[in-house]
Amino acid sequence: MGKSVALRASSRTSGTELTAARLALVEFLLGCDDSTECAQRALDWLGSHTGVRQSLCLAPDADEMRLVAVAGCGLPSARISRFSVDLYQRDHPLVEALTSGEPREVSVNGYGGGGSGLPFAGRTAVLAIPLPSDRSESEDRRGLLLLSPASAEASREGHWVASVLGSKLARLGAERRLTAARDGRERDWAVLDSIVQAVPDPVLLTDAEGRMIVANARAEALLASSERESEGRRRAIALNNMLFSAALAGQALDRGEPARRELLLVDPADGSDLLFELLSTVIETAGEERRVVSVLRNVSDLRAATDELEQNYRKLHLAEAEIRAERDRLQLVIDAVADPILATDPSGAIVLMNDHAERLFTMRPGSAGDVGVRVQSNDAHFTAFVSNLLFADETVRYHGSLNLLEADTGDTLPFEAIAGKVLSAQGELVGVVTILHDQREALERQHLYDQLKRASEELEEKVRQATGELTRQNELLRRQALQLEHASALKSQFLANMSHEFRTPLNAILGYTSMLLQGVFGPLTDEQKKSLGRVDTSGRHLLTLINDILDISRIEAGKMPVHLAEFPVPELIAEVMAEVDPIISRTGLTVLKELALDLPPLNSDRAKVKQIVLNLLTNALKFTPAGSVTVAAAWEANRDRLLVAVADTGIGIAPEDQAKIFDDFSQADNSPTRAYGGAGLGLAISRRLASMLGGQIRVESALGKGSTFTLVLPRTLHER
Amino acid sequence: MTDQPLVLLVDDFQDNREMYALFLHHAGFRVAEAGNGHEALEQAFALVPDVIVMDLSLPGLDGWEATRRLKRDRRTRHIPVLALTSHALEGFSEGARAAGCDGFVTKPCLPEQLVAEIHALLDGARKPESRTSTQGGS
Repeated sequence: MGKSVALRASSRTSGTELTAARLALVEFLLGCDDSTECAQRALDWLGSHTGVRQSLCLAPDADEMRLVAVAGCGLPSARISRFSVDLYQRDHPLVEALTSGEPREVSVNGYGGGGSGLPFAGRTAVLAIPLPSDRSESEDRRGLLLLSPASAEASREGHWVASVLGSKLARLGAERRLTAARDGRERDWAVLDSIVQAVPDPVLLTDAEGRMIVANARAEALLASSERESEGRRRAIALNNMLFSAALAGQALDRGEPARRELLLVDPADGSDLLFELLSTVIETAGEERRVVSVLRNVSDLRAATDELEQNYRKLHLAEAEIRAERDRLQLVIDAVADPILATDPSGAIVLMNDHAERLFTMRPGSAGDVGVRVQSNDAHFTAFVSNLLFADETVRYHGSLNLLEADTGDTLPFEAIAGKVLSAQGELVGVVTILHDQREALERQHLYDQLKRASEELEEKVRQATGELTRQNELLRRQALQLEHASALKSQFLANMSHEFRTPLNAILGYTSMLLQGVFGPLTDEQKKSLGRVDTSGRHLLTLINDILDISRIEAGKMPVHLAEFPVPELIAEVMAEVDPIISRTGLTVLKELALDLPPLNSDRAKVKQIVLNLLTNALKFTPAGSVTVAAAWEANRDRLLVAVADTGIGIAPEDQAKIFDDFSQADNSPTRAYGGAGLGLAISRRLASMLGGQIRVESALGKGSTFTLVLPRTLHER
Repeated sequence: MTDQPLVLLVDDFQDNREMYALFLHHAGFRVAEAGNGHEALEQAFALVPDVIVMDLSLPGLDGWEATRRLKRDRRTRHIPVLALTSHALEGFSEGARAAGCDGFVTKPCLPEQLVAEIHALLDGARKPESRTSTQGGS
């Protein structure tokens, strides 16, 4: 009760004190943010400075369904907390007081929830003062101050407190609602953003020109670039922006149905093409310019799938066409087969046959009666044949012969028949295919073959006989060759011996002649000298002949060794020319030398080369009555061989004689020769020597114009 | 006339032998003759000539064997032997050289050519350190 005494005592405050107290309350309220605390302080203040002993502050609860107590003074707190009034109970005096906005006195009993009435003690009237609200606030947001006893003082100070507290609470409420609203908006925005981000397609809000305002990450990846990105990526994004803006500009942008169109963009990550379906919707909000929401649906895969589907469809068409063509081809093939082919179903009925089979098994319209009989007979034979296979479970293939009748003529046709079962994948019998092979041809062939075989055997026998004869002749030839070889060896030996035997008497002839000519036996008359000179010349000619014969027999007997050495050709030619110098001066011919500058040394048998060149040159001098003889030497680098040519302006050799001149004892011109040699062995020897040295002698000549003999030798002769 | 060189001519073909003998006389040589190998050895040992002209194809003891025997004998070893043959086949000159011949001439050999060969051999024998053999040719 001490507290009520203090309250009563303080109610006697003077005007000045009251002003100060009001100031203190206003000051508190300004610094306080809690509505309950504010309300409690206001009620306490009324208790302290007026005669109000009991007071209650009511305010609508959070969902504004009920009016609840937020503070109380001079009342048991349990009763305060229990007190509430349903705001929808329109006839409740407190609700009425609140709705009217005017202070009024209400009675304590008969109201309130639970029949307990107002939580005031005593039976005095209670003054209900509505708390005034801010101008902008709705009427629902008000509270009530309940004061008891309802004195004039209580009314006056209650109104002041109600106005101060009311505006304070209104402001606090407004602040609370503002905060709540802001929090709510942020939550909504976060939800919206996560929804937009969660959309698997690029989604973006742009202005009408395509400038991005809001976009999800997928859209940003395509259309937003930063400084950090690579040049290629930035360019791809710039390109995408251009394409996107152009697409938007091309759309008929109206509110309502979203516009659709295809849009090809570039993947900035790898530069590949991305095909999108662009869905753009214009949204217009009051006071703002037009905005466009665009959704890009990636249809690259869809397009690929569509393409593939089309391709498969085309393939299917092709396959069908192929199957059709295959079937046609099969029919053509079957028809093209020269043998009759028939297909039978499991019951034995013919289901398919080619042209050849049709001639045997079907009657053509207008055929004679005999034809029908023959066809029926053929059919019966065939059915019997096929039944061999149809009723044999294990047999898959049946082979036999079948005699049918030619439908038109009635001739018997022997056939070889091969029937094969056609089985399905499950092993069921689908049908039987039979091929009939005309045996007439085979029989004819067999006959021909037999004839051929006989002929072949006869031929073989003849060949055998001929071969035997050939072998005998070969043996004979071999023996003859051996005999010839032997004879040749004998001849060579004979010639060698003979030349020896010739030399000995010739030695005496030449010796005595020489001594006579030298006057060993006294002086000679001119007549004697002339005669002896002829003996001497003839003797020397005979010696040349003997030497030549000896050379040939030595070469043929293989007793002419080759001595290889390297030597310069110009020197050799000079030597040869020096040896024939007496003849040159005697004939008065011009002899020229033409030697190539690049002549390499020759690796060969010097003596033999010299003998050949000497022979060619003496021949040229011998057969040239007037004019010139030219000795030329050249090197054929590409074939690595040396050429020594002796060209004259002499009598020449007729083409038919050009081969003969190389034969032994042959001369194209058989007229008496000059003093120097002339047996016709020189070229034969030269040719043999050239051949021994790996070379050859060629001749070019025209009768009456002259001849050119060319010795061709390998630059290097390797020992054999 | 003892200062004239003595030539022993060995040849079974009398015409040749006499022809060469005639010419050698004419050329200022003294000449002794032999018709076969044995005669040649007898004459050589008896006369010890200054030079021997030896035909290689001789009946009985042939020229190669005769030369070998002369060259084995102390008395005749120093006498130069000029081989003379009508065999022109390869190998004859080598065979003659192996038998000890100092020169080799192939028939037909003109008398003046033979004289030149003999002179060459005698010049060589007088100066043994520079003895040269002469290759004959046809």
